[in-house]
Amino acid sequence: MTTRIDTRFAALKKEGRAAFVTYVMAGDPDPATSLEIVKALSKSGADIIELGIPFTDPMADGPSIQAAGLRALKNGMTLRKTLELVRGFRKDDNGTPLVLMGYYNPIYIYGVDKFLADAKTAGVDGLIIVDLPPEEDDELCIPALKAGLNFIRLATPTTDDKRLPAVLANTSGFVYYVSIAGITGAAAADANAVGEAVARIKRHTKLPICVGFGIRTPEAARAIAEKADGSVVGTALVDALKNSLDAEGRATAKTVNAVAELTAALAQGVRAAKQAAE
Amino acid sequence: MNIAKPNSYRSGPDERGHFGIFGGRFVAETLMPLILDLEKAYTAAKADPAFQAEMNGYLKNYVGRPSPLYFAERLTEHLGGAKIYLKREELNHTGSHKVNNVLGQIMLARRMGKKRIIAETGAGQHGVATATLCARFGLECVVYMGAVDVERQQPNVIRMEMLGATVVPVQSGTRTLKDAMNEALRDWVTNVHNTFYCIGTVAGPHPYPTLVRDFQSIIGNETRTQMQEVEGRLPDSLVACIGGGSNAMGLFHPFLDDSTVEIFGVEAAGHGLTQLHAASIAGGRPGVLHGNRTYLLMDADGQIQDAHSISAGLDYPGIGPEHSWLHEIGRVNYLSATDDEALAAFQLLSKLEGIIPALEPAHAIAKVMELAPKRPKDHLMVVNLSGRGDKDVPQVGDILKGKTK
Repeated sequence: MTTRIDTRFAALKKEGRAAFVTYVMAGDPDPATSLEIVKALSKSGADIIELGIPFTDPMADGPSIQAAGLRALKNGMTLRKTLELVRGFRKDDNGTPLVLMGYYNPIYIYGVDKFLADAKTAGVDGLIIVDLPPEEDDELCIPALKAGLNFIRLATPTTDDKRLPAVLANTSGFVYYVSIAGITGAAAADANAVGEAVARIKRHTKLPICVGFGIRTPEAARAIAEKADGSVVGTALVDALKNSLDAEGRATAKTVNAVAELTAALAQGVRAAKQAAE
Repeated sequence: MNIAKPNSYRSGPDERGHFGIFGGRFVAETLMPLILDLEKAYTAAKADPAFQAEMNGYLKNYVGRPSPLYFAERLTEHLGGAKIYLKREELNHTGSHKVNNVLGQIMLARRMGKKRIIAETGAGQHGVATATLCARFGLECVVYMGAVDVERQQPNVIRMEMLGATVVPVQSGTRTLKDAMNEALRDWVTNVHNTFYCIGTVAGPHPYPTLVRDFQSIIGNETRTQMQEVEGRLPDSLVACIGGGSNAMGLFHPFLDDSTVEIFGVEAAGHGLTQLHAASIAGGRPGVLHGNRTYLLMDADGQIQDAHSISAGLDYPGIGPEHSWLHEIGRVNYLSATDDEALAAFQLLSKLEGIIPALEPAHAIAKVMELAPKRPKDHLMVVNLSGRGDKDVPQVGDILKGKTK
């Protein structure tokens, strides 16, 4: 199977540049604004969009993304509405790959088979589910691959050479390398250490490797894009969104633009990167 | 429910940490190698007689075990039915059963060369036990506690700080035990290289539910021996309160294959099962949180709901996965007691036996008040008195004076 993710990476390879991957929370701060934000991401230079599924107990996320999830939930966001948002986005963008990222429980409660069918129909290309390690592949990973969705796995600094084959076995689309041991929005990653880690993972797989956690600025995005196949930015975008809200946490006229402007600046950073060594 | 009965109720979990469909290892990749290491270290320790011998020494001389099995004569007379025995876990050093598990985990941490210990706590009993053993072995200790619980369990916060621990009030989410566990997991992900996560109950990713159960099983094993000594036979029923369910699992597990022993777990029904409560089995369904699949309180979208109990130690929207399995397979009966029932039991035990129980086991006593009168006088009923009530005296005092609700 070939997904939009595979197609996009093939195109980027021809262009000779790394991917710029953005993350925002679905439904943050409300469903309507969130759809406008997602549309703005691809128009402002995002190559791949990760859309967070809100969850009450995001145990691998820092305060910014925790708060984003709670804002979305407070305004009635659900997994069903997240899939509606994807359908809305697909009405005028059939090329940008879209990955849902979150925790397993909302999907488990929705029903795995129904979720995979509905996600595929809505135009989802891949899944990143933080609390499903390879040891639990039977739950969602294998069914997702059968349904034609990429299952993108996180590799971390604690994933050693002995463990990497197990982590990579059922991974498709790309590998998401978590550059630090920690939660989202924490300390920045050192580009040289990232380069070594990417080289290490490349010895085990031909898949593209995107790097996230701790990348906040165009300069950092560029530095990582010189070492990997993609830079992922999440918390910085979520913070830009939050800073545009009014005192009650509602969207203002500035909200969509605030995210779009930072996205454009980060995209420029990634595009300025020298081609990563193969 | 149509589930085949197993040959033994005591053989779980399987090698992937599953009790039926429950349990498992639902954690971020960063933690997975640590959990595999822990499993290896635990397997090796279990097979090492020196580990057990060292632990037995501390259990005897530091914790003060065995804890007595006490015949509650006046409570028995008052209720007019079953002969009630209290397993006096509240007499352990630090005042609850929590120390049994913490001792085991701290000794594992030492074997693994970890110098920094983190823990979550609800009522503060697990936090106090962890702070105590960290002081004893000279380890750094950080305890995550929901800000709401910090408020209502002040005496334990002060104790932990006196013992040298850092108590971090958790302001996220509902600011109770579940959020303390989220925050402890976030700390662990960040400090993987030097940190050991000492989980306080029979929940979390495999192998935690198993190793906590094993360390707590000393409660049931002692009860078995003690009851043979005083009555010459096994008890007829066991009763224990359940938040995550470690004191209950510790008492129940050694008796699971004794078919004559009736077993009752008591969840916290808070304001009542149709209102705010913490009874995951009575009011929840299977879901995935904090590393395991188990019964959880949640809404139609799979979002975790707020639990409520007067007792901070039971105020958790989940339950250990082995309990979920024992419920589905029908070996253990899960009941629930409300805040008001627990308060009444708290006062009754204090006045009749001169023992002030913690609010957690007061839930178990509340159900004993219903179960015992319906049983004959030769029925032997054991209640796990899992903790003492000193920490609850200010809160209960205020409630009885009508100051808070």
